[in-house]
Amino acid sequence: MQFSFKNNWWKILGIILIYYVVIAGFLIDVPHLSILNETIRNLFFHVAIWFAMFILLIVSLVYSIKYLKSSTLKNDIIASEFATMGIVYGLLGITTGSVWAKFTWGDWWVNDPKLNATTIALLIYLAYFVLRASIEDSHQKGRISAVYNIFAFAAAVPLIFILPRLTDSLHPGNGGNPGFSAYDLDNNLRKVFYPAIVGWTLIGVWFVSLRIRIKNMRELIDEIHHN
Amino acid sequence: MKKLVYAFVAYCIIHLLVFVPFVQAQTAVDTSIEMADSMRSDGKIYVVVLVVLIAFTGLMIYAISTDRKLSRLEKEIKSLKSE
Repeated sequence: MQFSFKNNWWKILGIILIYYVVIAGFLIDVPHLSILNETIRNLFFHVAIWFAMFILLIVSLVYSIKYLKSSTLKNDIIASEFATMGIVYGLLGITTGSVWAKFTWGDWWVNDPKLNATTIALLIYLAYFVLRASIEDSHQKGRISAVYNIFAFAAAVPLIFILPRLTDSLHPGNGGNPGFSAYDLDNNLRKVFYPAIVGWTLIGVWFVSLRIRIKNMRELIDEIHHN
Repeated sequence: MKKLVYAFVAYCIIHLLVFVPFVQAQTAVDTSIEMADSMRSDGKIYVVVLVVLIAFTGLMIYAISTDRKLSRLEKEIKSLKSE
């Protein structure tokens, strides 16, 4: 079995981008800032993974809407797998963020609005999986979970992106704090940050595709058993 | 949609080609803030980069082999179905 380049080029691109992110991310000249010091490089890993999570959740939302329009079970499978990977990234983001917080803000968990709000958002998404697991009929499961997914996304956006900005948060770009772009006059960080987002997203989509293929095979096997 | 993806990929490649050589361009250095400069001048940070890259390569090889195993299974199941 060959690993054809034609269908898999984007996986290779993802790997190359992460290579670049690791090499450049460790070696480029970063802004010299007190407290942050070298940890500013976490931008390429911690922050990029959050952005990738958001992209995966948007794709999940799109497929949930598609499912509601067409009632094709495939769309439901795609939506649920994208949401799963998104939440895996979310958990990675919150764990890496906790480590970063320990060494810059002084504690594993600070009572920061952004932290608490994202935790709520992740919990809302966890309920999505509980909901899915509790319904037997696949079309009923698809419809209810698609509607719930839309609700979860609609709740996550203000929780993660809007509410923390309205109050005081330690995060850059929140509560009157300048964003990273304000520190980085040379835009040096962006040259690694944007490829990092794309790279992590592509790796995530790859794993999503593996899991979707497993589920599709499961369906085929069930069909064979039925005949 | 496909066009958009291609445009994006082209952008990424150009981005890499154009910017990577200049990534090392120096910015004004404030020496009062503690950074791992000596670690880089000693060359030891490259060891960390190498270790991370090896670990990542191993994981990706594992992912590719899983991908290929899945392709093989898919073929088998499809041929079973068509029988």
